[in-house]
Amino acid sequence: MFSISAHGLAKQYRIGQMHSSIDTLRDHLVHGLRTLRTGRTKRETIWALRDVSFEVAEGEVLGIIGRNGAGKTTLLRLLSRITEPTAGYADIRGRVGSLLEVGTGFHQELTGRENIFLNGAILGMGHSEIQRKFDEIVEFAGVEKFLDTPVKRYSSGMTVRLAFSVAAHLEPEILLVDEVLAVGDAEFQKRCLGKMESFGQSGRTVLFVSHSMPTIARLCPRLLLLDRGRLVEDGPAEHVIGRYLHGDLGTSARRVWRDHDSAPGDDWARLRSARIVDASGDTSDVVDVSEPVGVEIAFDLLRREVVFPWIDLVDERGTLVFSAMDTNPVWTEARDPGRYVTTAWIPEHLLNEGTLHVSVSVKSPLLGRKPWRHAEVESALTFHVVEREGPTARGAFAGRIGGPVRPLLRWTSEALDVEDDTPLVARPRSD
Amino acid sequence: MSAVSAPLRVRRIQRSRRRVQLNLRELWAYRELLFFLIWRDVKVKYKQTALGAAWAIIVPFLTTIVLTLVFNRGLHLHSEYHVPYPLFLFTAMLPWTYFTACLSASSMSIVGNQNLITKVFFPRLIIPLGSVVAPVIDFLCAFTVLVGMFLWYGRAPHWHAVVIPAFLGMALLTAFGVGLWLSALNVRYRDVPYLLPFLTQIWFFVTPILWGITAVKPHTQSLLALNPMTGVIDGFRWAVLGRGLPHYHVYLESLGIGLAITLSGLWYFKRVERYFADLI
Repeated sequence: MFSISAHGLAKQYRIGQMHSSIDTLRDHLVHGLRTLRTGRTKRETIWALRDVSFEVAEGEVLGIIGRNGAGKTTLLRLLSRITEPTAGYADIRGRVGSLLEVGTGFHQELTGRENIFLNGAILGMGHSEIQRKFDEIVEFAGVEKFLDTPVKRYSSGMTVRLAFSVAAHLEPEILLVDEVLAVGDAEFQKRCLGKMESFGQSGRTVLFVSHSMPTIARLCPRLLLLDRGRLVEDGPAEHVIGRYLHGDLGTSARRVWRDHDSAPGDDWARLRSARIVDASGDTSDVVDVSEPVGVEIAFDLLRREVVFPWIDLVDERGTLVFSAMDTNPVWTEARDPGRYVTTAWIPEHLLNEGTLHVSVSVKSPLLGRKPWRHAEVESALTFHVVEREGPTARGAFAGRIGGPVRPLLRWTSEALDVEDDTPLVARPRSD
Repeated sequence: MSAVSAPLRVRRIQRSRRRVQLNLRELWAYRELLFFLIWRDVKVKYKQTALGAAWAIIVPFLTTIVLTLVFNRGLHLHSEYHVPYPLFLFTAMLPWTYFTACLSASSMSIVGNQNLITKVFFPRLIIPLGSVVAPVIDFLCAFTVLVGMFLWYGRAPHWHAVVIPAFLGMALLTAFGVGLWLSALNVRYRDVPYLLPFLTQIWFFVTPILWGITAVKPHTQSLLALNPMTGVIDGFRWAVLGRGLPHYHVYLESLGIGLAITLSGLWYFKRVERYFADLI
């Protein structure tokens, strides 16, 4: 028997509506006047989800993967009734619990105990249900001693543990989970994984969205692959992950320009291929924070000149993260025409989590009036940096860490003896 | 092991039709969440304030003192009631303070709870509903001051006092109706926080707070009763002070307008709530 049966689900957003639309009455008046003058109204829209149909059997654990913006979260939002589909429908059998975020509605001023009840109610648990599971929740989170302390005094790790613990004790027939495992320290993540596995085994239906391929492969026998709002693959996990990571469609981690004449470039050099590689040299558009990632560029040099490969990394907000050129001394002299392959290795623990766009180019030194940009493809490649497990610059912090980079720094610290008039600086060494 | 024994209800998720459905059954199913949200608002409201819940008493009390000093200058705005002006004023300040607290809370309620709106489903109505229930606690705190004033002036409550809850209910209904409009409009038009202080200020002067409704002619009274707060304040005053005659036509007219605002507010709110998560 089905648990979820979706037929042609679609969701259309007005551009700009997805993020912020703090429009005021004035904007509307201005828009109205403009419409009067031009005689028509121009509304740009995008389909966040388009014609998605699938069925989930009762007790099945289904994973959903896809690039950022592929529509995964939109799908969960539709199924949990946070927003309505523009077209299509889905039949849902049973109570739905959705976990699109850990700690929704947690209030900093309230104590741990109070937040358990509040958060439980928000997630759809009744008062008596929470009371029944209260001890279990507290034990799982390991916050017994701080139950009557306001959550604002908690460490972020404790807050996350408590929040996940409340959510993990939710018992709906259908559970929708979005990427919540990307939080907490490694040890707690393992416990969460175990909890998620037992969800699947208890006969409940689970829909699970994640960027973490190992996690999703472990939890879900069957996966859906979404790409730009469309369902492009539905099948066994290994098969779908394979298509996502190495396929032509799911990934933008590889570009090939087969035809020499149309390949980007001029009469000095032409780009022939570019790809993102992981530590073992495989094409991959998902890389771990704690692993190095390579940008491989292959190009044809058409005349004997001094050129060098160049890359630019830009993050989701369009901020330039860095530019880099191949500084190998071989590129300081003119080289024979032919095909060259070079890989730029970006060290582990440098990039922050998120999506990065890579521009690849072949340039030459600015000398006189010679051309210096020969072949350039902006946003040729896209890859995602994710965090799986192990020690990273995140430490025990669970929230979002800003900035395009997130280096794992070496920190030195010492305890100071402070007397009343000691200035607040480290004392100069006497030796 | 199957977690399910009874056959489960199948729910269809699709674009809602144009007809507005109130879905009271669902609202009832989420009553515990409503309770918890109110409880949270009450609990959090005065956290980290030095005076705490005393603010609920201080604000209407000091306002009454200041307004008394300014307006109690032989203007005879309340001559027919034969009560000290501070008492006359405070009986109106009580429901009025409640009403304005409701408006400021509910106008920001949907936008202020956007983390909930965009992450979990629940009937959105419980948010503005909670915003008009939570200030009742403040109202009750301030009510003790009224009791104190009665003792101070050596007065006994009149039997009319039994209908106080009815007029409080009327204030709640009106606040809920206006709050529905403001909270839903604020999702789309962030002009509401700028409009609100202006709105409450004007509203304060067209409501018989500083003056008694008997100061104007009967047909002007009907005109004033188009403001639903006129009925609330005048009725409250009649119930508390036990003076003068009840103005039934004013109460009924105000109640009717209050109901109309609430029904239209419900209609508008239900019509636009499906876009809240997308617009916020």
